[in-house]
Amino acid sequence: MADGKNPGRGGHFYRALFCSTFWISAFTVGGGFVIIPLLKAKYVDEYGWLEDKETLDLVAIAQSMPGVVAVNAAILLGCRMAGIPGALTALAATILPPLITLSVIAQAYEAFASSPLVRLALKGMQCGATALIINVAVDLVRKQCAEKRAIPLVILVGTFIANFCFGVNLMILIVIDALVGLLCLRWAEPN
Amino acid sequence: MLCLLLFWEFAKIGIFCVGGGYASMPLIQAAVVDAHHWLSLSEFIDIFTISQMTPGPIGINAATFAGMKVAGLPGAAAATLGFVTPSFVLCIAVARLFFRYGSIGAIQGLLNGLRPAVVALICAAGLSFVALSLFGTEHFPRGLAAMQSAFDSRSALILALALVAARKKINVIHILLASGVLGIVLGAIG
Repeated sequence: MADGKNPGRGGHFYRALFCSTFWISAFTVGGGFVIIPLLKAKYVDEYGWLEDKETLDLVAIAQSMPGVVAVNAAILLGCRMAGIPGALTALAATILPPLITLSVIAQAYEAFASSPLVRLALKGMQCGATALIINVAVDLVRKQCAEKRAIPLVILVGTFIANFCFGVNLMILIVIDALVGLLCLRWAEPN
Repeated sequence: MLCLLLFWEFAKIGIFCVGGGYASMPLIQAAVVDAHHWLSLSEFIDIFTISQMTPGPIGINAATFAGMKVAGLPGAAAATLGFVTPSFVLCIAVARLFFRYGSIGAIQGLLNGLRPAVVALICAAGLSFVALSLFGTEHFPRGLAAMQSAFDSRSALILALALVAARKKINVIHILLASGVLGIVLGAIG
């Protein structure tokens, strides 16, 4: 990398990186906030490939970049450890398990979803999933309101109305909000 | 051609989804359900449900599922690769800047503007989920009479119980499994 800290990464390193990341990704239910501590435990505590502080910095960047936090974290940590080959290895190991699992489930879904019993269970689970989304939304809105800052609240309400009531394209809204943030919120304290 | 379209649509989602798993859902819904009709809203919520219980981020899971349904295994691979390609390019670029300069101040303002926007979009997506759960349609029915005739009280009961459980921070997988069992039980006696 930039400071040349990339000493002798051989085939053995890539195999260990791929395998450890693959197994973590394959058995971690619950997204980025569960998987990142596990990656950190492997890379930092077990193998000593990374230092604690730089891992925290990279995870902070992973959370602020577009895309999936767990995938971003794998790319950034892989890049730190072994440049672009490391990033590609960690990326492949992170996305292959869900790709395989969901391909199998998608096949099974086609076969099972027509069964009345499965349909009833899925309908019940849809209600459960709806409750989970509402729960997350309530927490997020409360947190945003607790900050007591005007411009973010205007963005929140304006974006909601534009999208939900008038069906304005999401990508246009995101660009507008990003520009507002760039112009008005650049020096605001991050929460 | 279909695989290219999947790659392109999910690459766009990958660029615009800032703020983690839940933030990707409104964008995926807009592309996959509303624009291209690759999945119904009901199937989309099923993916979300399945994603909560299987390993892997919702974005990757939805990309794989939608790709698989539209164009089989090549479609699943195309959608997933499309989804992570922007992340890969941007992360490497920002990592380079970060390793060199140690901070990324300009991005902070952008993110300060996007955070409340993501909250708004998650709220809007949540309301479309509520409409489907309670009324079986993607939008709320217009007028009180239409609402009353379409209202599904069993679903409302499950939703209310699940919401109470979620507020009490009960494990997500337990909530979803219990909702599924309740769906079968209420469906059988109703």
